[in-house]
Amino acid sequence: MTIREKLGKELIFFDGGTGTILQEQGLKAGELPEVWNIEHRDKIVTLHKNYLTAGADILKTNTFGANRLKFPEGGAYCLKEIVTVAIDNAKKAVEEIGGKQRYIALDIGPTGKLLKPMGDLDFEDACTIFKEVIQIGVACGVDLILIETMSDSYEAKAAVLAAKESCDLPVFVTTIYGENGKLLTGGNTESTVALLEGLGVDALGINCGLGPVQMKGICEQLLKYASIPVIVNPNAGLPRSENGKTVFDVTPKQFTDTMEEIANMGAWLLGGCCGTTPSHIRALVDRCHTISPLPIEKKDRTVVSSYSQAVVIGKKPVIIGERINPTGKSKFKQALRDHNLEYILNEGLTQQEKGAHILDVNVGLPEIDEVAMMEEVVKELQSILDLPLQIDTSNFEAMERAMRIYNGKPMINSVNGKKEVMDAVFPLVKKYGGVVVGLALDENGIPDTVEGRVAVAEKIYQTAQSYGIEKKDIVIDALAMTISSDSSSALVTLETLRRIRDDYNGKTILGISNISFGLPQREIVNSNFYTMAMQNGLSCGIINPNSDAMMRSYYAFKALSNLDAQCSDYIAHYANQASVSAPVSAKTDMILAQSIEKGLKERAGELTAQLIQNKEALDIINEELIPALDRVGKGFEKGTVFLPQLLMSAEAAKTAFEVIKKQFAKSGQVQEKKGKIILATVKGDIHDIGKNIVKVLLENYSYDVIDLGKDVPAEVIVETALKEKVRLVGLSALMTTTVVNMKETIQLIRKRKPDTKVVVGGAVLTPEYAKSIGADCYAKDAMATVHYAQEILV
Amino acid sequence: MILVDRKEVLRYLGYGKKKADAQIMQSIEDAIEKLQRVVQPRWLYEVFPLTLHLDGTIDFHCFQAVSKNLSKNLTGCEQVVIFAATLGIQVDLLVERYVKLQISQGVIMQAVAAAMIEQVCDTCQETIRQQMEQQGWYLRPRFSPGYGDFALEHQRDVISVLQCPKKIGLTLTDSLLMAPTKSVTAVIGLSRTKQPCHRHGCEVCEKTDCAFRR
Repeated sequence: MTIREKLGKELIFFDGGTGTILQEQGLKAGELPEVWNIEHRDKIVTLHKNYLTAGADILKTNTFGANRLKFPEGGAYCLKEIVTVAIDNAKKAVEEIGGKQRYIALDIGPTGKLLKPMGDLDFEDACTIFKEVIQIGVACGVDLILIETMSDSYEAKAAVLAAKESCDLPVFVTTIYGENGKLLTGGNTESTVALLEGLGVDALGINCGLGPVQMKGICEQLLKYASIPVIVNPNAGLPRSENGKTVFDVTPKQFTDTMEEIANMGAWLLGGCCGTTPSHIRALVDRCHTISPLPIEKKDRTVVSSYSQAVVIGKKPVIIGERINPTGKSKFKQALRDHNLEYILNEGLTQQEKGAHILDVNVGLPEIDEVAMMEEVVKELQSILDLPLQIDTSNFEAMERAMRIYNGKPMINSVNGKKEVMDAVFPLVKKYGGVVVGLALDENGIPDTVEGRVAVAEKIYQTAQSYGIEKKDIVIDALAMTISSDSSSALVTLETLRRIRDDYNGKTILGISNISFGLPQREIVNSNFYTMAMQNGLSCGIINPNSDAMMRSYYAFKALSNLDAQCSDYIAHYANQASVSAPVSAKTDMILAQSIEKGLKERAGELTAQLIQNKEALDIINEELIPALDRVGKGFEKGTVFLPQLLMSAEAAKTAFEVIKKQFAKSGQVQEKKGKIILATVKGDIHDIGKNIVKVLLENYSYDVIDLGKDVPAEVIVETALKEKVRLVGLSALMTTTVVNMKETIQLIRKRKPDTKVVVGGAVLTPEYAKSIGADCYAKDAMATVHYAQEILV
Repeated sequence: MILVDRKEVLRYLGYGKKKADAQIMQSIEDAIEKLQRVVQPRWLYEVFPLTLHLDGTIDFHCFQAVSKNLSKNLTGCEQVVIFAATLGIQVDLLVERYVKLQISQGVIMQAVAAAMIEQVCDTCQETIRQQMEQQGWYLRPRFSPGYGDFALEHQRDVISVLQCPKKIGLTLTDSLLMAPTKSVTAVIGLSRTKQPCHRHGCEVCEKTDCAFRR
């Protein structure tokens, strides 16, 4: 019987700890346990045999840390040798012990590096690292791939994709939770289950970190959410420090007492991790092998996730923010052309603050490379926001790229009833996981009738099923069409919603605002239609969360439909509104310059808007903004104004400039820029705080800043300088280890673009150090960079 | 809850001993509140024997180093605590959000987080001190790779000896930056005799013209 056949039919037992036992046998701190596969073969084989005699069904190979990072080419042992011998050791043990059928799991631990953007390991590189090991393991004939002790969902995803792209073997994944029920990167049981089931793993669960007692609550949650077998491999209790050494206290009996409870709760695979021994496993098997486990129930839950949270699409309506989309928005289009990611991120953050649960991401514009842009925007958004994303594109390449690098189970917008489209989209959903929007239209266009739309929905459900995608992962778009051209169209849409809910128990979605194209005061129609749609079963509304009218419909509907206990959400949002919306008359008499100096952003914006009615924009800049900024800058240099104030002033000035920019755009004037400056944190360095401080100040002084971000290779900086004809480059580095790359960057600039000046800054730099690496200027702070720019770019 | 020393936050922000206005103080309070919600402090330590060789080599019996400054710090010690602590990666994610979108709040967040990790280290060190003094061992001030002439490269040794990636989620980039950023590794000497003067931090640093000196 293969492990897949056995799975879900009877309880399966894993072995226990390896590293902790090897330490007792003399493994030194910092020594790689995998080396023992070769240097102490007998000990490894004996350990495996002891676990088999104890009754374990699955042996984990001693390959937890076996990867290219720990066993680089040219090292004492090559990776292939380590993995091959490790598997041989397990096979040898199985052969020698005999008895019942056993399975060998290729054990894959985390790489020990953090993935970008928080660390320096690229997602695809992580995939490749895992693939190397898995391919060796598959060639040696393991029975399954066990990805374990994962504390970052993103790394777990890379490992699962590596396994799926290398073999058809079963893939088991266990993650490590803290006592708060969260992964180190913030994910919870629900988001992790969504991600892993989406990726199609065969079993999932928890290991390491905690003892069985602490794991019980987390197991309960896993069992509640998972539709596949759950694995529980705890430590022998919480680690405790005794004389500076780590010890585990839970005895085999105590261990088994709790594991028996966990087995009775419904876990199907049981074993141990750090601190557990063959005695623990023997006690576990002896006590639990007769338990007949609870059947595994399919959970009919529609869930999308980000790296840290899950959003359930169910009874409570879900808000999908529509603002990250260039359609009909000239500013957004310009931001895409200018590669202005800050603008896009701000759109995301604002929607989150206004109450969006999911963000739609559409970056399609004919003149830009949508695949590259989609990847970049998704990466940026998920590095600063924790909302799940809805990948909105009709470019299948962009769709796949985004689904691959997305850290979670995404929503996908969209598929429809056209065969060609379904054949392109469903395989992606099957591979990467996701909840996909199915538009109720097909080769024959948009059906006019409810029956027509429901029929397309049914076709989508059925085709999805043939690809192995369950109905719960489809959300039907009933299609809102404007009532200005067909006054019955809203009724068709609403009835379609109702039918999908009542006849199919299905989930639905609408782009609400389409209903009012061509009408005046569209918000009136939109917000009322939104309420009607929710009443007819709408699960997800794609709306503008910045619209008060829409949000009023949302909160009122929830309160009226018993979806807001004690109307608490409603009260939280509207109880204090009266005082907020009262006319602001008592404002002190402040002039623009003062609001800048005090760093009052909103006030600066308002005052600029007033001022611009009867004052030339250029005069505002030269008479108010620049003198105010100069005063703050001088104060900073004298030590009477400090960094946070300097930056608050800079942000206030930025708001004022935004207002002026709008005015320029209206009057067709072009705002004069003083010159281009590249800013970058050098390769190897992932700190961008200093660079961003400099950026906001330079922008205040009307420089055109090209921000290349952090960890930027020298070639990229030089290429950009050449392409954009940039005469000044600002480089930042925090550590002595990365100043080396600063030096290399300067050398490359000297060689390929000798007329460009370089200003440097960063914690470890000094004027002498800066000179020794060939920089033109050392800037001790942000104002110093501004002064240097003023000197160079005249 | 991690206690946050507001004075330290202001020092990291460049205020020295000067006071900040109410607006900034409020921003600091906001940052503390937001960070308290996402910090996941984790730490660990192990004790190793210590041998100081005449040629200046320090043998921690799990790795070796050469450092005059550290040798001085460890003189008279027979054992050493190898220590690591981190605030967790969610702090980085939160700070990064503000660094990208509202830098004035970003610098405040990063200063608060810096004060938090120091506080966590002090609290951990106090726990270690109590455990060790029961057994008659006295602690020296903690000393981190990168201090003085104790090479930053030893970051690799500390992190692998303690299995930091697996146990507390603390990793190292190729250029030896710690990720999560708000993390500390250190060695702490253990001696049988109590040393009265516990100079550490700024006081032992040779960079006397530093803008952030206490």
